[in-house]
Amino acid sequence: MIGEIGMKINELSILIGGEAGAGIARSGFLFAKTCMRGGLHVFGTNDYQSLIRGGHNFYIARIDNEKVHSQTDYIDLLIALNAETVMLHKDGLVPDGGIIYDKDDITLSSSTLDRKDLKLYPIPLKKIVREELKEQLLMRNTVALGAVVARVDYDLTLLEGVLRDTFRAEVAESNIKAAQIGYKYIKENFKNDFEYRLKKMEIVGKRRIFLSGNEAVGLGAIRAGCKLYAAYPMTPSTGVLHFMAANERKYNMIVMQSEGEIAAINMVAGAAFAGVRAMTATSGGGFCLMSEGLGMTGITETPAVIMLAQRPGPSTGLPTYSSQGDLRFVIHASQGEFPRVVIAPGDIEECFYETMRAFNWAEKYQLPVILLTDKYLVESQMSVEPFDANRVKIERGTLITGEYGGEEEYKRHKITETGVSPRAIPLTKGTVVRTTANEHNEYGYTTEDPNMTTKMMDKRMRKLLHLAKELEEENMKTTKLYGSEEVEATIVSWGSTKGPIREAMKLLHREGIAVNYLQILYLQPFPTGIVEKIMDKAKKTIVIENNKTSQLSSLIREYVLRDVDHKILKYDGRPFNPSYLYQRIKDVL
Amino acid sequence: MTTLKDLKTPINIVWCPGCGNFGILSAFKNALVELDLEREQVAMVTGIGCHGKIVDYANVNGFHGIHGRVIPLATGIKLANKNLTVIGFAGDADCYDEGWGHFSHAIRRNIDITLIVHDNMILGLTTGQTTATSQKGFKTKSTPFGSITPPLNPIAHALVSNGTFVARGFAGDPKHLQNLIVQAIKHRGFSYIDVFQPCVTFNYLNTHEWFRKSVYKLEEEGHDYTDRQKALEKSFEWDNRIPLGVFYKEERLTYSNNLPHGKGMPLAKILEENIDITPLLESMR
Repeated sequence: MIGEIGMKINELSILIGGEAGAGIARSGFLFAKTCMRGGLHVFGTNDYQSLIRGGHNFYIARIDNEKVHSQTDYIDLLIALNAETVMLHKDGLVPDGGIIYDKDDITLSSSTLDRKDLKLYPIPLKKIVREELKEQLLMRNTVALGAVVARVDYDLTLLEGVLRDTFRAEVAESNIKAAQIGYKYIKENFKNDFEYRLKKMEIVGKRRIFLSGNEAVGLGAIRAGCKLYAAYPMTPSTGVLHFMAANERKYNMIVMQSEGEIAAINMVAGAAFAGVRAMTATSGGGFCLMSEGLGMTGITETPAVIMLAQRPGPSTGLPTYSSQGDLRFVIHASQGEFPRVVIAPGDIEECFYETMRAFNWAEKYQLPVILLTDKYLVESQMSVEPFDANRVKIERGTLITGEYGGEEEYKRHKITETGVSPRAIPLTKGTVVRTTANEHNEYGYTTEDPNMTTKMMDKRMRKLLHLAKELEEENMKTTKLYGSEEVEATIVSWGSTKGPIREAMKLLHREGIAVNYLQILYLQPFPTGIVEKIMDKAKKTIVIENNKTSQLSSLIREYVLRDVDHKILKYDGRPFNPSYLYQRIKDVL
Repeated sequence: MTTLKDLKTPINIVWCPGCGNFGILSAFKNALVELDLEREQVAMVTGIGCHGKIVDYANVNGFHGIHGRVIPLATGIKLANKNLTVIGFAGDADCYDEGWGHFSHAIRRNIDITLIVHDNMILGLTTGQTTATSQKGFKTKSTPFGSITPPLNPIAHALVSNGTFVARGFAGDPKHLQNLIVQAIKHRGFSYIDVFQPCVTFNYLNTHEWFRKSVYKLEEEGHDYTDRQKALEKSFEWDNRIPLGVFYKEERLTYSNNLPHGKGMPLAKILEENIDITPLLESMR
């Protein structure tokens, strides 16, 4: 939006940086929420290292009139809570960008910065906190937030409201006081020379919500009726554990922090066998430990939902960063062959809806469902329309509740046309429910018979065919196509690259370059037909992934028997930035 | 009335003649009859090893899982439906080697399940290797010069982990074992029975005769099972005289009873279709 000449209204990228333990993510969250409450769209993402104190943390919030899908690589306003932040991020500042900093941390001038264009707003943050507020050092973040609100000419009452809703009364009041002092300091000591402004927008429709991917997964699980959540903490999936634990009592669930991931997957299997919807979440390392249990849920036909939030490997790798290196791993993990569903949500809305669907697939087809996410998706936060809790109906498949009315003796693994057996749970009158991780007959007794072995493998794998058919017939968006059909190139991708890709498409569109984007949501069963059709039409195909070996390209080769034309790959632990993608896409066109 | 006939399955038993597992199976079934538990009401969980086959020989709900994971699997079942009587069967290698990590955690949670460990002090199904309870000096295929590692003491471990029901039985005395199983099932909390189960094929050392010669019953010598210190002393008795029976027993809140909502309906009975997430959405505004 263009206002007065040179003014940029409601287009802002702001970075808050400082030491770990300095409350950076919290401050970013508070500011982002303040923007959302004024009717603006916000995307926020954090960058932190695997340590508790020291090191460098930052949070980038991007604010706009329209929906924003990712961060940018440029910064309009930098809030530096230590000297290091200035030095690390000054080159990311746009021409005429601003820096809010503590003059007791660092002395800045155009010569130290080697830039004349930057607007400098030194504030004695520490001094204010110590002398004026007589509070703990952490309070300087709130002074800085007040200063930001003043600098972009935004509404301080919105920040005050967020503070009031976030902290208990006493703490809220001292934070509000701190924000007011920061606000006043800017207004009184600097002229109004910053070009970026935020203006409250009228809120049309429902008031938006601001949440992370992890919270969206948790919300989806609660709404889907998940009753047992067992997990062991592992970044970046731990947010789900925190969310579920906080809501354990209100929603009548049992949230178990187990002694490890092996225990978690086995508890999930036990609970699901006994008839409740159960889930776990982890990252790559924890999923390695769960692999044997995963195969057990496969052969015993036990519904299980597992969220894997990827981070860069191998092994411990970069524990607090992002990656898409586990696609092939989740498709093949565990010995032997068994059906599984792999869904890769690409944004926070999909985290909610696909988690709800995951429980349906798990129960209808009695198999494990893996939700494949990554750090960038589950720990980023976004303002979104409140979820439609009724979009996905709960379907529990062949679950027998109450009494078993069959004429023959109950067979837990009855061979049927679809491969799906009637599912009684223990304590169902008239049944004895038995299963085993050994190959078994229809009753669930162990067998080593070659014919039964073949029949049982066929039965289990048949479920996947029927599932694929249902996905197709019910028009379950296993893929999504963004952009028109007549284009110069087709981008193919999966998971969290979606945000930066959509932003890059906007940039290309501005220059009249038309590309479309095929998002593959369901990686197993692979939507071969749709991908084939779209690739047939594509003049050029470009696969974009956060991994080294382009695992999606190899899947396309496996299922569609085709090579893609170009690959844009990044595996440094950081998400793509839209401008980088824009340039790389232009390079190959 | 549940009868032994109700608990019979059509599967042929494939344990070696004279195997201690027969005694455990018989004690277990008789305990269910004594307690008059219906088939639908009981869920057994087994691991991998000769013991695991027991799941096919008793006609109750059953889940034969993977090696070492009996405890978490049984825990999941119990958490989902507290009305089920959940009994885990594990081998010594299954529980004390591969799955050792789960043991102390189940005990400290005091999750309301029963664990019966078929302790034959050898890996039988893999044709004879040493386990965590094999005696020092024991010669097996994996320790041809004799094991150089002393065995661990699972009873002592259970006691120091704050176990609420710690017992030892002997497969060669199924009547006595049946009584222990009955007490264990009745116990509210994690009840644990280590059962001496002679392996007639691979364990030449800890035979029926060896056990019979060494064991005595705690209850016959006036042991006070409410005294954890005394129980701990008893748990270290090994050479010549090995105690059987209940070492220690106490009532303590179970995992579920510690949850304010754990007293309500079993989770598996809750079939809500319309869970209201509006308050959560509201909190994110």
